[in-house]
Amino acid sequence: MPPPDDLILSGLGKTYGAQSVLADVSLTVAAGSYVVLLGPSGSGKTTLLSILGGFTAPTTGTVRLGPRDITAMPPAQRPTATVFQDYALFPHLTIAQNVGFGLSVRHRPKTEIAARVEAALAMVDLAGYGPRRISATSGGQRQRIALARALVTEPAILLLDEPLGALDLNLRRQMQAELRRLQQAEGRSFIHVTHDQEEAMALADQIVIMNRGRIEDLGPPEQVYTRPRTRFSAGFMGESTLLPARFADGAAETAIGRLPAADLGGCSIAIRPESLRLAAQPGDIPLGRAQITARSFQGSHATLTLRLGDTPLALRAPPGASPDPGTEHLIFLAPDGAVPLTD
Amino acid sequence: MVGFIYLPVVTLVLFSLHDGRVPVPPFRGPTLEWYARILGNAKVIQATGISLLVAATSAALSVALATLAAWGLARHRLPGKPLIEALIMAPLAVSTLVIGLGLSVTWSGLIGKSPLFVIMGHVALNLPLAFAIIYVQLDAAQARLEAAARDLGASEVQVFFRVTLPSLRVSLIAAAALCFTFSWDEFIVAFFLSGFDPTLPVVIWGLLRTGLDPQTNAAGTLVFLVSILAVVWVEALILRRRDAPPR
Repeated sequence: MPPPDDLILSGLGKTYGAQSVLADVSLTVAAGSYVVLLGPSGSGKTTLLSILGGFTAPTTGTVRLGPRDITAMPPAQRPTATVFQDYALFPHLTIAQNVGFGLSVRHRPKTEIAARVEAALAMVDLAGYGPRRISATSGGQRQRIALARALVTEPAILLLDEPLGALDLNLRRQMQAELRRLQQAEGRSFIHVTHDQEEAMALADQIVIMNRGRIEDLGPPEQVYTRPRTRFSAGFMGESTLLPARFADGAAETAIGRLPAADLGGCSIAIRPESLRLAAQPGDIPLGRAQITARSFQGSHATLTLRLGDTPLALRAPPGASPDPGTEHLIFLAPDGAVPLTD
Repeated sequence: MVGFIYLPVVTLVLFSLHDGRVPVPPFRGPTLEWYARILGNAKVIQATGISLLVAATSAALSVALATLAAWGLARHRLPGKPLIEALIMAPLAVSTLVIGLGLSVTWSGLIGKSPLFVIMGHVALNLPLAFAIIYVQLDAAQARLEAAARDLGASEVQVFFRVTLPSLRVSLIAAAALCFTFSWDEFIVAFFLSGFDPTLPVVIWGLLRTGLDPQTNAAGTLVFLVSILAVVWVEALILRRRDAPPR
């Protein structure tokens, strides 16, 4: 087998009449990586996935898999397979016939189909379920059947459209682990669309944050979370406080003081609740006395709402021994706690 | 309501068993004499055969044409789509008298009154119904099934025969059964177009003209029985599908 190819998107755009739903999207998906497209509804992530699957033709730009241009290739010939949001299982076929569909339409021998279907079902923990009807399966089982049906055709890239959206929380956690395991075992690229940032962080090698048809931010989950690039991604990935800032001499002038931060040409910084502390660690920047206005206990930690001068902030404190609302307390900022944003 | 819908049916069936020359109360009997007579009537038997042939053929044709039309309209961007939809559905609003008379006046010179002509008339009559039943089934979820099949490598022909048709099965059977029953007891169009080989409703109408006789009750009951069987079969199919969890 030749070495797997990277998927290269360049300048992809899609307009419907005067409305632009995707603009100038360029992205490289390294072979064998798990990429999550994350964004609110209407951000263009599903349109992008649909273009990759061959169901929607882009207005501009190209999709290449290694040296091959696959922009205009129909879905049947594409080395991609899609797991649809509603799974789109064939209701008139059994589980085994669903999973074997992609092999059967390619006229593979019956014995080969039976063997590969059984292997695919075993891979998603459904060994022996083949003869059952689709109507006799649960949501979680349908999800697994859809996965097996897509993987049995050995696609270079698996596309997943909100695949866990219909499942309850426990099942979702379980399927996340399952997806990650399948992707690593098979060494294929997975491109997964979701609006759930926790799901994105749990699964992705690379997170691509999308907003209004554009890529806002991209990188490994840790980077996207701790060093968001834009106001949108800082707000979308977890909680943070956004402060207007003026940048000069490697520092940002803000309402709560002068903080070390590089000038990226923007006009604000983001502060995560976990970058603020009640007790100083080496290198921390003292911010002064803040008034505690509220406290909410969240199991592994407590979130304090503070006022520093006129500026409201959120601080993540250890659960025990946090000061009561109404009191004042000295607070500190981690050395890299002020994150400069580009817009 | 019950008096107008069900009482006449009960009366019709009851007096088909009436032991007397005229079907009027009080009821005497029961007897199967009238059934024996009607089934011994060569004209009635011949007409039953013609009616079955007309109903089966026109139902099959209606469903086949409606499936192609619905699939074409639902899956392809065609210019003037709303106009085509309206043209297909319009005959529902046209009186059968107009359809029967119109077909007779326009085409009888060319085609000649015959069971074949009745079949064409019944297709014209039932196509909108079959189209409507099949068209609603070709929704977005159904389109995703077809997209999934293409994604898995199926050709357009494979998509149609291995996904579209089988997953439309219940709708196709329901449409066919309804078209069959509507054709089976349709009178006006058949009256205008059937010529010397009349269908069963036309023959029963002829019997009625020669005088009131429990024989016509027996014939009516048999016609009714066939329609009821078809409808019950369809209901059973649809109910069974409703029992299955949604996909």
